[in-house]
Amino acid sequence: MLKTFPLGGVHPKENKFSAGKKIENIDLPKIVNIPISQHIGSPAQAIVAKGDSVKVGQLIAKSTGFVSANIHSSVSGKVLKIDKVLDLSGYKQTCIIIEVENDEWIESIDRTKDLVNNLDISIEDIKNKIIENGIVGLGGATFPTHVKLSIPPGKSCKHLIINAVECEPYLTSDHQLILEKADEILVGCKLIQKVVGAENVLIGIENNKPDAIKLLSEKAKNYSDIEVHALKVMYPQGGEKQLIKALIKREVPSGGLPIDVGCVVQNVGTAFAIYEAVQKNKPLIERVVTVTGISVSNPKNILTRIGTPSDMLIAAAGGLPENTGKIVSGGPMMGKALANDSVPITKGSSGILILPEEKSSRPEHFNCIRCGRCITVCPMGLEPYLLKNMAVVSMFEDLQKEKILDCIECGSCAYTCPAGEPLLDYIRLGKANLNKILRAKKS
Amino acid sequence: MDIVINTLISLSLLGIILAVILYFIAQKFKVIEDPRIDVIQELLPGANCGGCGYPGCRGFAETIVKTGSLDSMNCPAAGNEGMKKIAEAMGLSVEEKEVQIAVVRCNGTPEKRKKTTIFDGPTSCAIESALFKGDTDCPYGCLGLGDCVAVCPFDAIHMDEESGLPLVDEEKCTACGLCVKACPKNIIELRNKGKKNRRIYVSCVNKDKGGEAKRACDAACIGCGKCVKVCPFDAITLENFLAYIDFEKCKLCRKCAPVCPTGAILETNFPPRKEKVEQAETLAN
Amino acid sequence: MAINRLTVSMSPHDHGKDSVKKIMYGVIIAMIPALLVSVYYFGFDAIKVSLIAVASCVFFEWAIQKLFFKNKKTTITDGSAIITGLLLAFNLPSNLPWYIIIIGALVAIGIAKMTFGGLGNNPFNPALVGRVFLLISFPVEMTSWPKVSVLNFAMTNAETGATPLAIVKEGLKNGESFKEIIDGLPHFYTDAFMGNIGGSLGEISAIAILIGGLFMLFRKIITWHIPVAVLGSATIFSAILHGVNPNNFADPVFHLLTGGMMLGAIFMATDMVTSPMTKKGMLVFGLGIGILTIVIRTWGAYPEGMSFAILIMNAFVPLINRGFKPKRFGETIKKV
Repeated sequence: MLKTFPLGGVHPKENKFSAGKKIENIDLPKIVNIPISQHIGSPAQAIVAKGDSVKVGQLIAKSTGFVSANIHSSVSGKVLKIDKVLDLSGYKQTCIIIEVENDEWIESIDRTKDLVNNLDISIEDIKNKIIENGIVGLGGATFPTHVKLSIPPGKSCKHLIINAVECEPYLTSDHQLILEKADEILVGCKLIQKVVGAENVLIGIENNKPDAIKLLSEKAKNYSDIEVHALKVMYPQGGEKQLIKALIKREVPSGGLPIDVGCVVQNVGTAFAIYEAVQKNKPLIERVVTVTGISVSNPKNILTRIGTPSDMLIAAAGGLPENTGKIVSGGPMMGKALANDSVPITKGSSGILILPEEKSSRPEHFNCIRCGRCITVCPMGLEPYLLKNMAVVSMFEDLQKEKILDCIECGSCAYTCPAGEPLLDYIRLGKANLNKILRAKKS
Repeated sequence: MDIVINTLISLSLLGIILAVILYFIAQKFKVIEDPRIDVIQELLPGANCGGCGYPGCRGFAETIVKTGSLDSMNCPAAGNEGMKKIAEAMGLSVEEKEVQIAVVRCNGTPEKRKKTTIFDGPTSCAIESALFKGDTDCPYGCLGLGDCVAVCPFDAIHMDEESGLPLVDEEKCTACGLCVKACPKNIIELRNKGKKNRRIYVSCVNKDKGGEAKRACDAACIGCGKCVKVCPFDAITLENFLAYIDFEKCKLCRKCAPVCPTGAILETNFPPRKEKVEQAETLAN
Repeated sequence: MAINRLTVSMSPHDHGKDSVKKIMYGVIIAMIPALLVSVYYFGFDAIKVSLIAVASCVFFEWAIQKLFFKNKKTTITDGSAIITGLLLAFNLPSNLPWYIIIIGALVAIGIAKMTFGGLGNNPFNPALVGRVFLLISFPVEMTSWPKVSVLNFAMTNAETGATPLAIVKEGLKNGESFKEIIDGLPHFYTDAFMGNIGGSLGEISAIAILIGGLFMLFRKIITWHIPVAVLGSATIFSAILHGVNPNNFADPVFHLLTGGMMLGAIFMATDMVTSPMTKKGMLVFGLGIGILTIVIRTWGAYPEGMSFAILIMNAFVPLINRGFKPKRFGETIKKV
């Protein structure tokens, strides 16, 4: 029996077209737009000005608090301007716009491909490197990593859990990263383990990636305290709380954090970024992005500089197909639909998914027939139909009792609803309004 | 026959006994309330819109009776006449308030503001605006899904099918302000109704630079400032590339509207401009 | 790059293949075996009753939506009206006059379904409301079931007879023991299993209904909770009664195979709209139906209690939905 989480879950068609495709580099873009806010928390403060010359890896925006992250230039060239550029929701966001000239890296970055396995670094130093190099969670939430690695007083971390599940259909960037950078990832794991003081490292991978499981298991034999676990293919296996439940059989209490059950969860991509930051002194300036879709002629995993416009990636994968109806940043279950195709890649972009027209609109809508499937598939044991109905009639305060804030927005309910109800849309509305009310109450 | 008679007797007896019990219980648990609350509630429109800031009409009436004053108490739905009646009932006096009306400050009809994306989701502006800027290039404009219509208790605002924008019914609108709160883009504003329902306002809230605003929508205020210069009463201010007409200062002279290059300044209920043409003709002669 | 207008919507951007339509037509397919058995035993009459019921249900849904809900498009294509019609037909004797069937359909669709706002909003199972209405309004016509006769397509009305439930009830009332009565019905258990007994159209054959039930389980249209809870609780409760006094109470197998027990447990109680949403709630719901059915059958005025039991439990569904919440993830266990 493969390990899995007990409640709910769905199994959408996997469609991992780009699986096994080697990570490629593409030409540098002519202009990059680097947003100053690519993470959860306060935006960074730009420290370059129009006309400045920057090199690859140079700090261009400084973190402005504990929950914030540094931002580095991903290219070398001249700062054209600091201006507002459309982000993926179509709203304006401050970006540092750099015109690319050459590819000149700052000297402190070790650009060799050799594996460095130096664990003789003090915890403080590791942490400082992580902060300096602007590492954020690469799983999608982009929470600044050093915050997650700071264990609150009174708590201790027993297990470090590495999330290599990649339960989103279509996406393969983590999968390919494991296949090509397994050694580096394991060193990254050891570094995080040292910081959080965990007894062991548990790596969870969904069972649809047997090659990655085999490779990592073999490499992990070199370390006594790294275990690799194959997990059942079930969405949302990669949800933080679901992963913890599957691996160590403990439930994160409602409203709590993983550390409450002695865990720290990091994405596998983050582990690699931490390796690069600590051992190679390389800031987070590029990431692997999957460009895929049913009618995309050449699905690919591309190592992309942060700030590259996404249409460049799409062009590299064979261009936009004729029947494109929707472009999604991320996977189909939790990704965000783009309002235009030129938004810059940020630290949190794990993939670009191109959906054909027939798959881009919502299914036919019927009345809710109270079949209860949304309840069956909800991995958090909530009642999505009820949350939706209450949000429709604006009973926002009562939603708190129904634990709406526990919703992880995985989309399983809306995915499975035979009536095609926009369940998650209204749950999000309810959550936002409830949070507003709660904040108002606090102040 | 016996059955019928027995049934009649027993049921009537049961009815009488229960009625007596009910009467005594009602007497015992009677709540004594100031009768004036009922009187005032009768005078209120009874829509429970919350425009007064109190929980429903009853709450408003209770507060008036409890505090015994009408200071800062105003029911916009009842209007000046209604408030006067309440004041009479309470033996107080009330100041006349300027009558207001909800004004939709967006003029982005489909011809002027092209749709650039398709929004697929529930008919709710709140949800669309939480997701993205909207299905046009203007991130400030009306989304056209009718949250304001759904929230109006007076049936005073409707979507105009042709323009895709909400239309306020001047007769029915009471300026309770519910639509103002419901609009996620903050397009709707309460403005003075004006003499003979005449109003002049900038029908745009786009804060982008002129070029961008114009690209998104032909009817956008581009912040050129021509109206500011032409206004003799200093009623127009320009901030963030957006002109705003202060309805307290505006004297409805109609000088600003013709100079606006995009037609973003709207006039309502004015007679058509005749003199202007004549003037032009005389000047030409 | 010239592209079409992109669609923007909230995640998820993928959808499972199931839709209300598919579920409804799945249920209809599951009802085919029982329909075939009824045609086999009741002949042309079974087809006639089913056709009238389905046609009038669909017509009333269409007419009500056109007349009262003016601007909406009609929902007759979603298949729910067809199911209501079929289920209503399954609950009627095959020799029922056509106008009674139409009245039943009008009550089922008009009163039990559309007054609440159509599909998904009705608190009570429409087909059962229609049936119970007819049962109370036309007691004679509704309880004179024709005797079964294999493949009899003659239009003549066959002679009528009582159902096993009624025979047993009458017998027990007259002081006979259950064993004597059953011995008076040769091959009773095999007949009841196959459908060779008197009764309403769709309820006679346990095996045909079970096949339909298995199909729905396989297609994941229903879950096992409600049928198992209904049949299990009815079996256990009647077994206790039978164990206490085998003479006065029928045995559990008899209860399971006769009347609307199978049809009710598998097709009626599992109606998604009128059953609870959570698994725990479904079990409670089924338990209530099973026990109530036996109680009505044993001590009530009617020989059959399934439809009343389901309607009574339908009324409790909102309460059950409130009382039996799913287990929340990370629910903090109360400290004792």
